[in-house]
Amino acid sequence: MEASEVSVELYVLLSAVLFIMGVLGVLLRRNAILVFMSVELMLNAGNLALAAFARQWGNGDGHLMVFFVMTVAAAEVAVGLALIVAIFRTKQSINIDDLHMFKD
Amino acid sequence: MFEVPGLGDLNVAATLPVTLLAFGACLFLLVDLFIPKDRKYITAWLTAAGIGVSLVLSLLMLTGVITWGDGEEAFFGLFIADQFSQAVNVAALLTALLGVMVAYNYLDKIDRQRGEYYYLLLFTTLGVMFMGASGDLVTLFVSLELLSIPLYILSGFRWPHEESEESAMKYFILGAFASGFLVYGIALIYGATGTTSLTGIWEATADISSGETSTKFLLLIGAGMTLVGLGFKVAAVPFHMWTPDVYQGAPTSVVAYMSVAAKVGGFAALVRVFGAGISNFALDGDTTAAWQDTIWLIAAFTMILGNFVAIAQSELKRLFGYSSIAHAGYMLIAIAAAGSAGVTDEAARAVAIYLMAYAFTNVGVFAVIIALEKKDMSGTSIDNVKGLATSQPLLAAAMTLFMFSLTGIPLTAGFVGKWFVFKSAMSADLIPVAVIGVLTSLVSAFYYLRIVWYMYFEEGETETDLPRPLAWAITISAVGTLVLGVVPYLLSEMANEITLAFGG
Repeated sequence: MEASEVSVELYVLLSAVLFIMGVLGVLLRRNAILVFMSVELMLNAGNLALAAFARQWGNGDGHLMVFFVMTVAAAEVAVGLALIVAIFRTKQSINIDDLHMFKD
Repeated sequence: MFEVPGLGDLNVAATLPVTLLAFGACLFLLVDLFIPKDRKYITAWLTAAGIGVSLVLSLLMLTGVITWGDGEEAFFGLFIADQFSQAVNVAALLTALLGVMVAYNYLDKIDRQRGEYYYLLLFTTLGVMFMGASGDLVTLFVSLELLSIPLYILSGFRWPHEESEESAMKYFILGAFASGFLVYGIALIYGATGTTSLTGIWEATADISSGETSTKFLLLIGAGMTLVGLGFKVAAVPFHMWTPDVYQGAPTSVVAYMSVAAKVGGFAALVRVFGAGISNFALDGDTTAAWQDTIWLIAAFTMILGNFVAIAQSELKRLFGYSSIAHAGYMLIAIAAAGSAGVTDEAARAVAIYLMAYAFTNVGVFAVIIALEKKDMSGTSIDNVKGLATSQPLLAAAMTLFMFSLTGIPLTAGFVGKWFVFKSAMSADLIPVAVIGVLTSLVSAFYYLRIVWYMYFEEGETETDLPRPLAWAITISAVGTLVLGVVPYLLSEMANEITLAFGG
């Protein structure tokens, strides 16, 4: 049985849409955790594009990169959540609009 | 199916300065567990010793006294051990050594003497070194994160101090945002060229330049997004917003180290990707690279904004935050110059020279600020340097030297750096941007020399705290700044050997 073919272009298009959603999320959201999730969405959009291109080129470079991106994203989450917890303890808020101690 | 490579094929010997330090860092992480809280000077000494061994090795390899390993490629092309990576190693390790020296007593002062500081600093240094040596976009990405993640933690090292936490949070969110762009940029470059190896990309771009328009677009967008990702790291306008806030809020010893380390890593990566990887990517019939105009425009804006906004600052850490933005602009000129065929190697040399000069000078500046800073983080306003020349004449003299060097006055290292950068711009026919560079240097004299004026000609009470390691760090930075300025031969000779392993 042959699986139906979905062209690479569609995957890349989907990844572009996801990436833009991630960027908009970072720019528009005010809750630190949601901002953070949007960043993860951007990284995963990159992963999807990498996997799609890896299929098109038929080599492993893309897959290799995907694994590294996932690992690094996990490391970033560890640091990011720790920071959010620390900030919540001192400020009782994780709204990034409350971060405005420095001014020109 | 797969052949397992033997250890001999990996060419480990050529990577020794980096791999030794990597093992050392992991070892210190364990050793530190057994060092009691009141004896953290042991960790500091171990770290300094590790950095020292690596530094000596890199210097010997840079000057060609020892040539270990077999050729310039290691780990199957993932790691490039050429003269450029050795120069990056030397700059990064020098900064790390000075970074440990300025940190030790400062951490006591702010009551945060913990072993974590030292090995996080080592991991960041490793990130910088791997970045300079990356021969593949995968290595580049992973080392960028190895450079960034410990820096996020270090910026927040003074928690639960609010300013430190806030700076860490800002740095983290914007840094993660930037790495999102970098990943997507890498994906698109891979989509256009079919490989993540920089050598492979270099070979593929020649065909793309004369090929289909759609592939060109893919590569162009990919290059643009990579530029956004790396631009955040080096604080280029318009991706500079985090810099002043992070510099102001983070512990000063971290800023002293990070202001240089992040730049060394970021510019090394820019040279590798733009100067080598896609240096021959031209649009229809152009002789220069497609990205050259964009980068020199960014360089111009970065220099103008950094220098003009710095004039209005009264908080020293913030002022030097903007000053570091301005200096990113000067180095970007050289990156732009790398886009002209035949100038690539000269531009890579200029970047290496500038980074070396900047390393000595900028760590020195922040070391002086550490000496001025009080326990509660106050004392870093520009008013606090008033009268420094009467109470601490030597410290004031060192600061004056650093200010001259940042302005780019002859006989200092900063002048040599700017000289080579502007010269590479001339070779690449980028006269307008070189002119902007010279003019903004004149503007920068206004706020740098104002500090000198305050130190020598204004009355004021100063309080300084100058423990021995800090005094040594300032001395080394001052001597370095002066020697490299008086004998530019040292720098140019060191850089002479630098040719990128491919490209040009």
